[in-house]
Amino acid sequence: MSSARTLATAARVLRQLRHDPRSIALMLLVPCLMLFLLRYVFDGSPGTFDNIGASLLGIFPLITMFLVTSIATLRERTSGTLERLLAMPLGKADLIAGYALAFGLLAVVQSTLATGLAVWFLGLDVIGSPWLLLLVALLDALLGTALGLFVSAFAASEFQAVQFMPAVIFPQLLLCGLFTPRDRMAPALEAISDVLPMSYAVDGMNQVLRHPDVTGDFVRDALVVAGCALLVLGLGAATLRRRTA
Amino acid sequence: MMNYPAGEAADRAAARATDRAAAEPAITAHALTTVRGDRTVLRGLDFTVPAGQITGLLGPSGCGKSTLMRAVVGTQAKVGGSLQVLGRPAGDPALRSRIGYVTQAPSVYDDLTVRQNLDYFAAVLLPGRALRHDRRTAVDRAIADVDLASHADSLAGRLSGGQRSRVSLAVALLGTPELLVLDEPTVGLDPVLRRDLWNLFHQIAADRGTTLLVSSHVMDEAERCHRLLLMREGEILADDTPEALRRRNDTATVEEAFLRLVDAAATRAAHPHPRTTHEEPRS
Repeated sequence: MSSARTLATAARVLRQLRHDPRSIALMLLVPCLMLFLLRYVFDGSPGTFDNIGASLLGIFPLITMFLVTSIATLRERTSGTLERLLAMPLGKADLIAGYALAFGLLAVVQSTLATGLAVWFLGLDVIGSPWLLLLVALLDALLGTALGLFVSAFAASEFQAVQFMPAVIFPQLLLCGLFTPRDRMAPALEAISDVLPMSYAVDGMNQVLRHPDVTGDFVRDALVVAGCALLVLGLGAATLRRRTA
Repeated sequence: MMNYPAGEAADRAAARATDRAAAEPAITAHALTTVRGDRTVLRGLDFTVPAGQITGLLGPSGCGKSTLMRAVVGTQAKVGGSLQVLGRPAGDPALRSRIGYVTQAPSVYDDLTVRQNLDYFAAVLLPGRALRHDRRTAVDRAIADVDLASHADSLAGRLSGGQRSRVSLAVALLGTPELLVLDEPTVGLDPVLRRDLWNLFHQIAADRGTTLLVSSHVMDEAERCHRLLLMREGEILADDTPEALRRRNDTATVEEAFLRLVDAAATRAAHPHPRTTHEEPRS
C-alpha cells in the first residue's frame, strides 16, 4: 500500500465531485432539510424529535455514502477506468482507502452541518458530547461507503445499483429501532436486528443522547460499526479482480 | 512529419531492436488458449512480437484480438499455455509499470479535465512528492504527443469521441512504457488524425525504442506496421511482414492477401484434407 497513491486517489475523487456541485449540494443540504422538517412534524412532542433526530443523524451519512459510493464505483467499473487502474501499479487497498478517505471527508462535512443544525438551531436535546455524535456519524459513513463498494460488484447498471439501496438499507432501517424499540419486536426480528450493523449505529447515537459520559455500550456500538465497516471493505476489495473474464 | 510505411523508420527500429537485448522478443506465446464463458476464444496460439517494432494485430471483429491483448496485459482470466511478456509471465506485478494499455472504449474520467485525468494516472505511476517534476514533464509530453494542448483544461466528457480516445492514449504514454498495447486506437477517427496517430506510433517506436502491439480491423493500416499477425476465429493465419505477405500471396495489398488466407482457411475447415493450397512456406 502506498500513501501517495491513496492520497492521489482521494484527491481525484474529490476533484470529480467538484465538477458536480449539484450532487454536493444535495448530499449536504438534504439531511439538514429532513431534520428541519422532522423538528416541526414533531412540534408538539419534542421528546420524539430527540429520539428520532439523534437516530437519523446516524442514518443519513450511512445512506448517502452508500448511494454515492455504489454509483461511483459502478461507474469506475463500467467506464473501464477500474480495469486500467488495476493494470497499473495501484494496490486495491490504495483505491479503496482513497475512496473511503474522500467520502469520509465529505461525511465529516455533512455530519457537522446536520449535527450543528440539530443541536444548536433545532433544539435537539443531547446530554452527551456532540463530538461523540460526530464520531458515530463518521463511522456510519464509513460503513455506508463499505456497503456501497461491496454492492457495486453485483450491480450491472446504475439502475440496479439504486435498487440495492432499498434491498440493503430499508430492512435495516425498519429493524434498527428507529420506529419501535428493538426489544419490543417479534423475537425472530429482534435476533435479526442484533446482527445488522445499523442497529448499533442507532444505538450508539441514543447512548450519546441519554448519557453524559462514554458508556460501555457506546464503546461496543462504535466498535461493532467500525468492525463491520472494515469487514465489508475487505469483502469489497475481494470483488476488485485484476483478471476478469 | 515523414511518410511511413516504408524504409527508414522500420530500419531504425529494427536496428534498435537488435541493439537491445539481442533480438529477444517482447512477447512470446506458446499454445496460448483462453476460454470466455463456454467459448474458446484463443485456440492454442504460437507467436512472437519483436521488440522495438510495431506489430499489427488484424482480423475481423470478434476474432479474439481484444482477448489476446487483455491476456498480454494481464487482465484476462482463464489464460492457458505460456505467455512471456518482457521476460516475465504475463500479469506479473512487476510488469504493471512497464506496459501501457489502451482499451477499445476510452477509459478516462469524463468529469475531470484532460490534465486532471493525466495528473491522476501520473500520480499512480510516479507517486510521491519527490517525483513532482517528472510527473509534470510526463503529463506535458503526453498532452503534446496526442496534440491536445488546446483542450488540456476541457472536461473529458465534453470532448469529441476521437479526442477522448486520444486522452486515453495519452494516459498510456505517461510512464514511457516499454510495451504499448493499443486496442483499435484509430477507430472512428478521420483520415488526417489517423495518419497523425500512425506517425506518432512510428516516432515512439523509433525514438523511445517502444514495442507496439496495435489492433485494427482496417486493413489499410496493416501496411503501416513492421510486422503483422493476421487473426481469424481465435487462430493466427499469418505472422509476417506486410511486404512478405503481399509477395507470398501474390497480391497488391495486405487486404487481398488476408482475404485469400481467410478463404483458404474456410475451405480447409469445410474439407478437412491435409493442408495444401495456401499453406505458407516457412521462410
